Amino acid sequence: MANERQGVWGRVRAGLRDWSVPRQLRGEDALGAAAESADSRRTRPRLEEADRVGASICPYCAVGCGQLIYARGDEIIHVEGDPRSPINRGTLCPKGAATFGWLSNPNRLTTVKYRAPGADRWEERPLDWAMERIAQLVKRTRDETFVRQLPDGTTVNHTLAIAELGGATLDNEENYLLKKLLSGGLGMVFIENQARI
Amino acid sequence: MVMGSNMAENHPIAFRFVLEAKERNGATIIHVDPRFTRTSALADLYAPVRAGSDIAFLGGLINYILEKDLWFKEYALAYTNIATIIEDAFQGAEALDGFFSGWDEDKHIYDETSWQYRGQIVPSPMAEHYSRQGHPEPDKAEESLTSGPPPTDPTLQHPNCVYQIMRRHYARYTPEMVERVTGCPQATFLQVAEAITRNSGRERTGAWCYAVGWTHHTTGVQMIRACAIIQALLGNIGRPGGGVLALRGHASIQGSTDIPTLYHLLPGYLPQPSSTHPHGTLADYMRVESAPTGLWHNFPKYIVSLLRAWYGDAAAEANEWGYGWVPKITGDHSQLPMMLAIRDGTIKGLLLMGQNPVIGGHNTTMIREALPNLEWLVIRETFENETASYWYKSPEALRGEIRPEDNQTEMFMLPAALPGEKEGTFTNTHRLIQWHDQVVEPRADIRSDLWFTYHLGKRLKELYADSTDPKDLPIQNLTWEYPEHGRIAEPSAEAVLREINGYSWLGREQIASFADLKDDGSTACGCWIYSGVFPRADLNHARSRRGDGPDGPGTHLNWAFAWPANRRLIYNRAAADPEGKPWSERKRYTWWNAEKGEWDCLDALDFEPQKAPDYVPDWSTRPHGMDALDGKSPFTFMADGKGQLFSPSGLKDGPLPTHYEPVESPVRNPLYGQQDNPATKKWESADNRYHTVGDPRFPYVLTTYRLTEHHSGGIPTRLVPSTAELQPEGFVEIPPELAREKGIANLDWATISTARGAIEMKVLVTERLRPFAIDGQQVYQIGMPWHFGWEGYATGDIANALTAVVADPNSSIHEGKAFTCDLRKGRLRRGDSEASGDRDAVASPEG
Amino acid sequence: MVERYPTAIPPRALDYTGAIMPQLMPDEAELTAGLRIVPGRTYGFFTDTSLCIGCKACEVACKEWNALPAANLGLTGESYDNTAALSATTWRHVAFVEQISAGGARVTAMQPYQSNWLMMSDVCKHCERAGCLEACPTGSLFRTEFGTVVVQQDICNGCGYCVPACPFGVITTSEVDGKAHKCTLCYDRMKGGLEPACAKACPTDSIQFGELGELQGRAERRLATLHERGVANASLYGAPGTPGTTGGIGPLHAFFLLLDRPERYGLPVAPTLPSRRVRPAILAGLATMAGIALAAAATFMGEKK
Repeated sequence: MANERQGVWGRVRAGLRDWSVPRQLRGEDALGAAAESADSRRTRPRLEEADRVGASICPYCAVGCGQLIYARGDEIIHVEGDPRSPINRGTLCPKGAATFGWLSNPNRLTTVKYRAPGADRWEERPLDWAMERIAQLVKRTRDETFVRQLPDGTTVNHTLAIAELGGATLDNEENYLLKKLLSGGLGMVFIENQARI
Repeated sequence: MVMGSNMAENHPIAFRFVLEAKERNGATIIHVDPRFTRTSALADLYAPVRAGSDIAFLGGLINYILEKDLWFKEYALAYTNIATIIEDAFQGAEALDGFFSGWDEDKHIYDETSWQYRGQIVPSPMAEHYSRQGHPEPDKAEESLTSGPPPTDPTLQHPNCVYQIMRRHYARYTPEMVERVTGCPQATFLQVAEAITRNSGRERTGAWCYAVGWTHHTTGVQMIRACAIIQALLGNIGRPGGGVLALRGHASIQGSTDIPTLYHLLPGYLPQPSSTHPHGTLADYMRVESAPTGLWHNFPKYIVSLLRAWYGDAAAEANEWGYGWVPKITGDHSQLPMMLAIRDGTIKGLLLMGQNPVIGGHNTTMIREALPNLEWLVIRETFENETASYWYKSPEALRGEIRPEDNQTEMFMLPAALPGEKEGTFTNTHRLIQWHDQVVEPRADIRSDLWFTYHLGKRLKELYADSTDPKDLPIQNLTWEYPEHGRIAEPSAEAVLREINGYSWLGREQIASFADLKDDGSTACGCWIYSGVFPRADLNHARSRRGDGPDGPGTHLNWAFAWPANRRLIYNRAAADPEGKPWSERKRYTWWNAEKGEWDCLDALDFEPQKAPDYVPDWSTRPHGMDALDGKSPFTFMADGKGQLFSPSGLKDGPLPTHYEPVESPVRNPLYGQQDNPATKKWESADNRYHTVGDPRFPYVLTTYRLTEHHSGGIPTRLVPSTAELQPEGFVEIPPELAREKGIANLDWATISTARGAIEMKVLVTERLRPFAIDGQQVYQIGMPWHFGWEGYATGDIANALTAVVADPNSSIHEGKAFTCDLRKGRLRRGDSEASGDRDAVASPEG
Repeated sequence: MVERYPTAIPPRALDYTGAIMPQLMPDEAELTAGLRIVPGRTYGFFTDTSLCIGCKACEVACKEWNALPAANLGLTGESYDNTAALSATTWRHVAFVEQISAGGARVTAMQPYQSNWLMMSDVCKHCERAGCLEACPTGSLFRTEFGTVVVQQDICNGCGYCVPACPFGVITTSEVDGKAHKCTLCYDRMKGGLEPACAKACPTDSIQFGELGELQGRAERRLATLHERGVANASLYGAPGTPGTTGGIGPLHAFFLLLDRPERYGLPVAPTLPSRRVRPAILAGLATMAGIALAAAATFMGEKK
């Protein structure tokens, strides 16, 4: 409480120190430069705090607008349209303009959640544990259901029991590895993404 | 021309160029749509049409162009198959009341034999080159295509030339009929027809933009075909300012089609081997999938290079480069049947990579009932989505109708990284492959999908390392060496992109172009159409950031990389006239430079650089590939190099677009006895009932759509306050006329139901929707955005609980843009509930 | 309008052809708005509704840049407008007016550019003579070196005198901190050579940022073009000598091209300067300075408890 009190009084005192009326009375532009406060003198766009600016592409629709991502240390501090892009010339639509709100969103998942069969809640689990468990499940299901040949003798070398869905929001490199691993490596055929919806 | 798209709302930045065309060149903007949207508000002309009636409208335009003789003859005669003669046995829909010749009622498929060019067998230019019914005889196709050009009648008098067939087919698509079927006033239709035909010729071009307003129908592919026919007739393809432009909806939805996480394709539009096609051996597969003439003649180079990239040293000529390890499909494994396979217990494990099928799937009531059948479910997302929380947060869970303890699925939710936290490429809607940088390392356990896939693969390779079972050879032999970097051992996305680009197998030198690929195992290439994106080990063209300055041509060749070959305008040979001259100075883009003996182009040329306009194949040599296409054939993926007004192969529902009603419609098809697309994929079952024609219990047409303020399944925007507040709740939009009839006021609640489910929404009463008079019958159409669910700040019932699992025969895309429903005032009652066996009662005719 | 919409890349952008850059581009507004921002000159917005697609990118860009909370009003039922009005937390607001019928029937052929579903992105007008500024007893509101009107948060004590003083209902006090807030025309960004966030984001350049005199000329030319092209009902609001400038307010530094009468958009036809009702600001400031400051401080302490 004491700190808070100090905070409020501190603000008032700063206001008093910065109080512009005396200067206005001295005949300076009463409502203009003379009224400039300490904060106003100091204020700068926070983009100037960035130590790194990366070129990105908007993650929503397929128009492919250029974005600039500003970061300071490990933290992204803002996202804006890239003025160099011949597609959007710095502009963004309401979704693109909300990219920073997505990236920096406090509701984002940051840890692995696991829900055991029949459980009534999610639990946190280590990433490494989850990856190993998923690999085991993929292997088990594949091994139980792999079909080398159909009854008529046609070689198919596939499993119908594992499916993958999604990909239109992923990078090309990610889709490539997915298709390569799941189809070329594991023999999955139920592989689909948003392109069809 | 915007049709099948609400461009201003769903692609605002692309719409910027539409307004620019208006500012600079006085372009006329036309919007044809069931709803008056923010796109309509910026248009000069708005043509209202009933949802699902697009082919009647487009067919009307084709009829207008042909009967008023307004097509661009120099272009279409030279560059399309308008003069080509079709087999004598061909019969059209006007003769067979909505069918074409070759229909097999038992198998529910067409035999394409009678659709072929007379005396020739023409493979499809699409992934499924193999013409599946008609011609398991690739040798005959080869013989017929390499012995001479297609039979034509340049006078267009032959009764079975494409021109005459089209005139007969579209004769009944008169302006009167357009009004009867679509509800669009004749006068408005004619204004559109006049505007588009006025804008054709040497000096002028017009562009059409479409999106899922066309694809989400059981006739979606044919709607786009109809547009392509109009554009080809008007000379608007392969020319600057022309085109049929697909506006796609996700950041890399084009990339995920090119490098497909799709069941029926391998990278670069090579078909996934199928047990139902003669694909038994690599030789069989290549024989039926390679076109003898045109660019697809190179097919073996692409597939062998792909197999080399995947199986490395284990691939050898002796083992067919590992071809047998690639799994074969046995039917339709797309998203809709995938959900049925989960319901039926065939699928036991599901990996969800940034998709939310409880919101974006179809008949999501059924999906929610099906999901507990999974043994395990892995969800990679940025937020908890409805598919992750249905078992404890859905309405039925909150009502206690489903209990967590009964749900035996083992579930994982893994946090996914976003651009900025990972690097890689997206391919945008105009084929532009653009790199995005990693700016920070992701926090905590957030990982890229590249990381997940790579490390899952690594673990699986370890788990299978000691196996001696031959079924495990593919995973053992899969090449999987990618450099790792950083605290989290992120695999190198650039290394993956280098593999996608392709390299020489022995020297590991990057290849510069797909022209360098070989079918002898000496090259490896992950996706042939992307070759050139990483042409040197130190040059990632996707990172190029140098646009054209004010004096440049505006093709921006040094801004990222457009597949194929950095080509910004595909088929751009058509930007010059048949003699090789620009159509006009104003539209100058490509031209034959006789002095140099090669083509000049402001873009990457889409033709053989030294093939003169007057080149004619020497048929005595039995030419193959590009040698078989003359100097006036811009459409190089086609076996004859011509634009296909009439499509002899590859389409499962006819060689010419034909109006069929949506599967669920309040009216009978005014054009033919055949009501809906006969080849439609239907999966009717107790939990997926369809409404019969004119079912009085479901009298209204319902169309679903997106809003500019939200993104698809809604997760990224419903959880961000600054977008959530803009459209904070789900709603249904209805016209005032219907509101009066039902006694519903603005913001009242209404219950909307189909045989699949029932939901409640607040009502927006708006004149933006209008009643239609269809064939003398009053038809109300209502609309609803489908973004909403229970997660996030902006919530609402799930519109896709109402949709059905039913699909276009060519693409397996559902019909969410036009189906029927009931609407009543008031909130959802338990009796309307989607969960429970009530559905059967609702769906049975006596109800 | 050809003055905006440059699809070609301006030459200076070619200096930045790399992906990762060390810092922001100096004078970025030169690339996005075609001008270098210089203190001492007067800047403003020209919002041309004939190009507006109602996408609300301006609202989002503003909230993301200024870290403003969401309004969370629920579905208002007012067409697609769910943020309702300008306020301390909504500094850009897009109004929607549906006029789909004409003469009893729904339209098909329309005049060029936006019509029949009117959309306008409203914003603080940064008036030539600003009622809020003149009413402010603390000197918190001031005229910046860019000619804009800004509430200085380190001075504002939340007295609320500015609220009724605004003829356009723009400024309100925040429920979060009790202080007055409104559009600053991105004062911080302008100091760094950046175009204000809404104008930079605007996909169709409906919102244009620039030097006031230049914008006024541009608006006149745009109006003439629209009239030539058959948009008879286009008019300016807030440009010199047009509605919105009455009652001593003078030209608005954020002014509009409208396609219907101002009141259809919720804009006053003949606003008046409330300083005729409120005592001159300096005197008010002198008289009440200490009292109000202390009272406000006490109020906050009470709230914090």
